[in-house]
Amino acid sequence: MNLHELHWAWQSLIAAMLVVGGAFALVGAVGMLRFPDFYMRLHAPTKATTLGVGGVLLASLAASWAQGGWGLHELLITLFLFVTAPVSANLMAKAALHLRVPSRAPVPDDQPTP
Amino acid sequence: MTDFPLVAWALDFATVAVGAALVLAAWRLLRGPEATDRVLALDTMYVNVVALVILLGIRYGTDLLFEAALLIALLGFAGTVALSRYLSRGDVIE
Repeated sequence: MNLHELHWAWQSLIAAMLVVGGAFALVGAVGMLRFPDFYMRLHAPTKATTLGVGGVLLASLAASWAQGGWGLHELLITLFLFVTAPVSANLMAKAALHLRVPSRAPVPDDQPTP
Repeated sequence: MTDFPLVAWALDFATVAVGAALVLAAWRLLRGPEATDRVLALDTMYVNVVALVILLGIRYGTDLLFEAALLIALLGFAGTVALSRYLSRGDVIE
């Protein structure tokens, strides 16, 4: 099977999904490297990188559909990643709270200091 | 659209972008001031490796690599859960 023999609309769709997915994955990693404290760093990979993998998987799904397949593997991986990403983020945030990882967010006036 | 290899160019761009994301996550894994930063870097790295395996599957036009991607996703999630629970409870299975 050769992707260059597909209709140009399929080619454009696959290429756009690939570019968007790669850009989101890169943005997520840059955010994890650049944000100043852990709770901010938790945001970038758990959302942007998951969306980037989602874009790559959509491209693979489009390639599979364009060649007459069902794409069940891609759907399974997408579903699994999108279900497990918030769970693992919540577990990491709870671990950080337990370890008292320092945060740069100001404590509100009406809240007792933790 | 016959002379300009759009999909090949997009595949190259996505592979380089995901590879760069892997390198940045590895830098955070080596540097990360807290233990939770390292767990987060490992989590990001397995998600990026899933993307990389899928990109290789598109490039070589094979279905075999999707099983590998699914296995990496499953084991990576299990590893993240185990590391987070070890950090928060001091024990993986009570």
